[in-house]
Amino acid sequence: MKKRKSSGKALSLGALPMLLWTLVFVAIPLLYILWMSFMKRSATWGVVAQFTLDSYQKILSPTYLKVFAQSMWVALLTTLFTLLLGYPFAYFTAKLPRRARSAVLMLLVVPFWTNSLVRIYGWMILLRSQGVLNNLFLSLGLIDQPLKMLYTFGSVLIGMIYALIPFMILSIYSSVEKMDWSLVEAARDLGASAWRAFFTVTLPQTAPGIMAGCVLVFVPSVGLFFISDLMGGAKTVLLGNLIRNELLTARDWPTGAALSMVMMILSMGMIALYKRLAGDKSLEGLL
Amino acid sequence: MEDTILSIEGIHKQFDTVKALDGVSIDVRRGEFLTLLGPSGCGKTTLLRIIAGLEHPDEGRILLNGQDVTDWEPNRREVNTVFQNYALFPHMNVERNISYGLRLRKVPKEEAHRRVEEMLELVQLAGFGQRMPSQLSGGQRQRVAIARALVCQPAVLLLDEPLGALDLQLRRQMQTELKSLQKRLGITFVYITHDQEEALNMSDRIGILHNGRLEQLGTPDDIYERPITRFAAQFIGQSNMVEAQVLDQDPDGLLTLRYAGGTIKAKGQAQPGELLTLSVRTERVKYGKDTRYGFDLSGTVKAHTYTGGMLRTTLLLPDGQELTVSGMGGSDERVAVGTQVHIQWDPACSAIVERREPGEKA
Repeated sequence: MKKRKSSGKALSLGALPMLLWTLVFVAIPLLYILWMSFMKRSATWGVVAQFTLDSYQKILSPTYLKVFAQSMWVALLTTLFTLLLGYPFAYFTAKLPRRARSAVLMLLVVPFWTNSLVRIYGWMILLRSQGVLNNLFLSLGLIDQPLKMLYTFGSVLIGMIYALIPFMILSIYSSVEKMDWSLVEAARDLGASAWRAFFTVTLPQTAPGIMAGCVLVFVPSVGLFFISDLMGGAKTVLLGNLIRNELLTARDWPTGAALSMVMMILSMGMIALYKRLAGDKSLEGLL
Repeated sequence: MEDTILSIEGIHKQFDTVKALDGVSIDVRRGEFLTLLGPSGCGKTTLLRIIAGLEHPDEGRILLNGQDVTDWEPNRREVNTVFQNYALFPHMNVERNISYGLRLRKVPKEEAHRRVEEMLELVQLAGFGQRMPSQLSGGQRQRVAIARALVCQPAVLLLDEPLGALDLQLRRQMQTELKSLQKRLGITFVYITHDQEEALNMSDRIGILHNGRLEQLGTPDDIYERPITRFAAQFIGQSNMVEAQVLDQDPDGLLTLRYAGGTIKAKGQAQPGELLTLSVRTERVKYGKDTRYGFDLSGTVKAHTYTGGMLRTTLLLPDGQELTVSGMGGSDERVAVGTQVHIQWDPACSAIVERREPGEKA
């Protein structure tokens, strides 16, 4: 694969629309939020243009830090489980005959056409104490008491995994599909067992897809709030919930903005860490 | 046979509706350079993959050192393959690529390192150990692929058109190198190619595959001078296919045959009346004022095609058939087009590739 030229050179005219787009839709809103996070809270609406570090001080309190930690933990677990479940799925899908393959991918994408809230409500119907699963288990005599499945940490995790696993699967799938299987045959020919060949050849060759999938799952899972709202009751408060609360309920815009900045920095830190661990090419799968 | 290292016994393989291999049997001798030659789609790659264990035959057995390995996983077999596209691991440098098989065999680090260095020396890539495959040229990758397969000291090395992706000059050079490497190491090579020249100049024996069947197995001389089937004769070199009817069997082992309004001679045994197809190499055909070898065949010179080192002449026979003759170029003397000439060739130099009873359809 070719190395990209360093972008220090003069930008060509063709890059101008891209630059403009980035400026208007990414840079300016971000700078606005950054600015807002250093302003004073207004008693009624918006912010007062006066520099202060109040918001950042506020979010350094143990209550907030605990939410950060919890969010990171949930995001990490979500990433881990989507990877463990998604990899075999993507792998075997990529090995299916062409027609079956597109059918499976279609089934994977179809749910996206319906509202994600509706789908989360579906999970709630399945999991709640009078829900489908509990009724089934009760009628089968597997349990005497309804299990508490909804409004737990586990149910939040299930919701997150469910919502984000397609990103993992699609990223890995595209990597596995591009895989040169003659490399696996070469490994087998040189004396590797099927498992050995997988770990020494297939896994490294599909690493770009794994990395891309991890980033695509981890980053949004830090910010998703409606799943923990709906499936976690009030107990599992994540960073996304906090930001939503500050902005919409407490109307504390500077704190919401400061939280957003922190979340962004955390996410970028994670991406940087991935890049460090996986080398320069780790994000190629994203492109 | 005691010196047989690899036995291919009655291999059949079907893919969907396509019969890839239709009962192929070959005994490969220890230390020989055996080439499987055939057009694309003849089943040669499938046969190689079956030997390597990457495909399973529908019928038949593979014996390696006398042991039936048909159901063995590829990693258990003492054969290694040089793949057509080399299949170097792109995420490993040259040294790690070559030592891959040694690491699996738990060869101690020191020894593995030494053997890798030896191999790099052998394929003339000393000092390239730290390069990545993407930093190598086609020829260098090819050498790494060979080194990676050879370092495991296989009983048989399988090579699947290893020179196919190289340009002509490099291919010639690698042919010589591969051949001398094989001689020096004494490892049995089973080599696949569709290039007849490559096959003729490298091999101890050549097997010609066509439509999943073994057409002929023999030394390069056998294959070229004494083809036994029409396909073998036409696939290698340039031949005239001469369809003639036997008139008489001479006591000296020669046949007299009727051909294109004249009579010709050929070495062989046949019954009078039989229809034979003879393969006559274009360079064997002579023409001129004299009659020799007891031939009585005449024709006219129809055209010359000059290709530098070679002069190709088309002769027109009385019944409208044509014969192609190739001779040395570089001479200004050419028989003028339209000249009536006598045609003959050494009867020992034609090969019978087909026979039919009279009345039998072609």
